[in-house]
Amino acid sequence: MQIADILIRHKDREGPLLPILHDVQALFGFVCEDSIRAIADALNLTRAEVHGVVSFYHDFRTAPDARPVIKLCRAEACQARGVDAVAAAVPQQDRVKIETIYCLGLCSVGPAAMVGTTVHARLDTEKLAALVAAI
Amino acid sequence: MKIRIADDALALACGAEDVAAAFAKAGVEVERTSSWGMHWLEPLVEIDGIGYGPVAASDVQTILDGVADKLCIGRIADHPFIARQQRLTFARAGRTAPLSLEDYAATGGWQGLTSARALGPDATIEALIASGLRGRGGAGFPAGIKWRTVAQAHADQKYIVCNADEGDSGTFADRMAMEGDPFQLIEGMAIAGLAVGATKGYVYIRSEYPHAIAKMKAAARACAHLIAPFDVEIRVGAGAYVCGEETSLLNSLEGKRGEVRAKPPLPALEGLFGKPTVVNNVLTLTTVPWILAHGAEAYAAYGMGRSRGTMPIQIAGNVMFGGLFETAFGISLGELVQDIGGGTASGRPVRAVQVGGPLGAYHPPSQFGTAFDYEAFTAVDGLIGHGGLVVFDDSVDMAKQARFAMEFCAAESCGKCTPCRLGSTRGIETLDRVLAGENVSENLALIEDLCDTMKFGSLCALGGFTPYPVLSAMTHFPEDFGERQ
Repeated sequence: MQIADILIRHKDREGPLLPILHDVQALFGFVCEDSIRAIADALNLTRAEVHGVVSFYHDFRTAPDARPVIKLCRAEACQARGVDAVAAAVPQQDRVKIETIYCLGLCSVGPAAMVGTTVHARLDTEKLAALVAAI
Repeated sequence: MKIRIADDALALACGAEDVAAAFAKAGVEVERTSSWGMHWLEPLVEIDGIGYGPVAASDVQTILDGVADKLCIGRIADHPFIARQQRLTFARAGRTAPLSLEDYAATGGWQGLTSARALGPDATIEALIASGLRGRGGAGFPAGIKWRTVAQAHADQKYIVCNADEGDSGTFADRMAMEGDPFQLIEGMAIAGLAVGATKGYVYIRSEYPHAIAKMKAAARACAHLIAPFDVEIRVGAGAYVCGEETSLLNSLEGKRGEVRAKPPLPALEGLFGKPTVVNNVLTLTTVPWILAHGAEAYAAYGMGRSRGTMPIQIAGNVMFGGLFETAFGISLGELVQDIGGGTASGRPVRAVQVGGPLGAYHPPSQFGTAFDYEAFTAVDGLIGHGGLVVFDDSVDMAKQARFAMEFCAAESCGKCTPCRLGSTRGIETLDRVLAGENVSENLALIEDLCDTMKFGSLCALGGFTPYPVLSAMTHFPEDFGERQ
């Protein structure tokens, strides 16, 4: 699988840029300058336009980051259920990236987090520390 | 013996997979269903209509031995949390396998589409108008009027766009509808397509909902032959809250930055790719099949004032009995929080309830008499939004919550208009001065002035409604904004 395959796969779609960027990021882990150039060429856009889209959305990254990610919800419902204290109690470490996101739709059983597509609820300090250790 | 366990994201997050595996290992047949929406009981196990929850894998043998009285809640359908509801949109919740076409057809599925095909476009739109259904995404605009505008527009191509970018904290009804009853949403979109003359539909789902995305993709494939020539395609967002705003969502679907468009032109006339487009929330579209199948009068018989029908209310945050509670408009906020929600999970007194997501107001218990109704909440300077309640106990610092509202707006602003882009950051800075005890009354006056500018000068509800949580916190909880040490 290469960038060219992704571009071919989406060539008949209306508004193909986001589906392409999702696939590129899934393949490489980030959207590099070469990918932006290839996408711009294929869609008849400027590189600035593609870069503008990549940088607008929280999901897309322009630099590699090999660390595994825990997406921890920090929105109001999880705040009401104590996520701030839970997050503060996790020991400092550089191995795993704990990323703030807003809402997983698990607002009645928070604090909630997602690793890949696996969701976790009713987190407390021990459970979050265990998640970090297990990843 | 067969047991039933939900397979939606919330049940999975609470450990449903381990429980299901433990039953399977014990030789029991396991059927995966949608969730009943009693989230404090998840994973909820159903055996011949009797419920057990919350169940851990270590409880499985106890249940099989018939000695799990402590976990037994009796007949699920008779549980007060379920029995008190009026479930129309969520009639199938807990009762069917989400991706089973057989289950769907056996429970009235496709009756709405059959009815719409018999009625034709005009009568279908008239039925929707007569039902009084208003947009469930938050704006509350009459759905039938929007459809009529699109139907009357002339174009070679029209679109149905389902807004499934459910980003409000405290809301999960869209997620439950997509993960639990995906065919109903697709049926609603097909009816909309028939009514306005559109053959293409997009469901724009936020990337934070991978389970909903998977279910909707599978459902769209499975029922394609039943909704043809209408076609539904699933698209995935990329983590921008503002894409829940309809014009921003359309830009995102087109492959652009999710910046808000100025209105007019209305999306109904110039929407996706400049074509007439129906943009409706998941809950709006998913309610349409019931209305067409049972009649507009039957739906309009529920509710109060100009808020007709039922609302799937989501009870969340620090609450004892959180979950999905669908009921006719008119129930009081206090009844939802205290009687049905059971007060806080922490056991401390309720201090504030944020209604309608991050852009909704914080309400103190003195406003618990407010009826759940669009106009009643407007009258107390709030909004019902997408129907989410987030309960806070008395440990909450309301000045911090006001600051968070500004912080959230700054993080999620699309940057197109100045009041939202700059106002939110200036709001954080000014609230920080208040929190530090610097010139408190002058700075609070500045915040009020800033909120006025954001409310009336912003292009969309992100900047325009951020003042709701900020000002309501200042109005109802002034003691949290006083001089600090």
